[in-house]
Amino acid sequence: MREAASQPVAPPAERRDPRSCRELFWVFQRLALQGFGGVLPVAHAELVERERWLAPEEFVELLSLSQVLPGPNIVNLALIFGDRHFGWRGALAGLAGLLLTPMVIVLLLAALYRQFATQPMVVGALRGMGAVAAGLVVSTAIKLSGTLKKNVMGQALGAVLGFGTFIAVGLLRWPLVWAVLGIGGVSMAIAWWRLTRKVEP
Amino acid sequence: MTTGSQVVYDGWAMLGLHGLGWLDLLQLCGHFMVLSLLAVGGAITTAPDMQRYLVQERGWMGADDFTAAVAIAQSAPGPNILFVALMGLQAAGLAGVVATMTGIMLPSSILAMNVARYGRRRAQSLPMRAFTGGMVPITLGLLVSTGWLLAEPMRERPMAWGLVLGTAVVAARTRINLLWLMAAGAIVGSLGWV
Repeated sequence: MREAASQPVAPPAERRDPRSCRELFWVFQRLALQGFGGVLPVAHAELVERERWLAPEEFVELLSLSQVLPGPNIVNLALIFGDRHFGWRGALAGLAGLLLTPMVIVLLLAALYRQFATQPMVVGALRGMGAVAAGLVVSTAIKLSGTLKKNVMGQALGAVLGFGTFIAVGLLRWPLVWAVLGIGGVSMAIAWWRLTRKVEP
Repeated sequence: MTTGSQVVYDGWAMLGLHGLGWLDLLQLCGHFMVLSLLAVGGAITTAPDMQRYLVQERGWMGADDFTAAVAIAQSAPGPNILFVALMGLQAAGLAGVVATMTGIMLPSSILAMNVARYGRRRAQSLPMRAFTGGMVPITLGLLVSTGWLLAEPMRERPMAWGLVLGTAVVAARTRINLLWLMAAGAIVGSLGWV
């Protein structure tokens, strides 16, 4: 971990694997403890950019799967990633890293909440952190948009479908199910068609 | 969980079950197990039903406690799912935490791992490749939507919007440690600038 922190910016991308359940636990704990108002941007920074356990494309695929399954995305992601490397032990290690220490912190915070909830400085700090959290999620989408180049849909079509999803869910507030079944269904059908065409001619 | 039995017992002594019986705890756990399988898009999507059950139907916590639980979990480090732990705490002390967290986590986790294993065995099949390829644009659109909705409360505040956009640009263009950005947000916010 210490070497990784002092590495120069943008090292050559070379995938590696987690060495043990213990390492899984520590990395997921580290990313959970940095995640205020949403862990996903930190998960991307740690798993893709720092540890290089996942290529950006793999991260998006894992996130897609975690998203359509019930349960919190990041929890599903930790479970599936851990299971992939060390079976159910790995899944438990990732999950425990993600939840245990943050749970203790949140329970302690709850005890303090009443005293601080009305202080203007605390309210202001939380609002500022909320704004940063919102910006970080958007930045993760920007970083991952590069994966559309390698995607079977192609960049232009992928951008249109992604923008359509934003309009449907972000602006029109469609329930997630309809966005995934509707726009996602169309998108998967196009992907299917393109994949068969690539194979046959 | 691994807080140790000593802590749990002390917790029970301090917090008690808030007058709930074991049957109530089982029902609490069972209700959250059902919600777990319905929580596509994260547990927060089932928050309205949790509110209905805990506040209106059972009267185990007040509406303001419920709102506070969501707010605390949002501002603490870690996955937002931890608001469910706070609901358990307010309903039935630490035993309630175990009931609600087990309920919300167990069914969806078992499902996720099994679906993922199945998908991994068929990763090269056409349906799986169409799924993973087709879902990428949707996932990216959903990420932007999440950012948009998180920024919703700041709609009336131009400075806060500037902070959202500035963060998005800096974080996307550089490899700055995200904690620095979070600290900057906290400082700027506590000074009352956003």
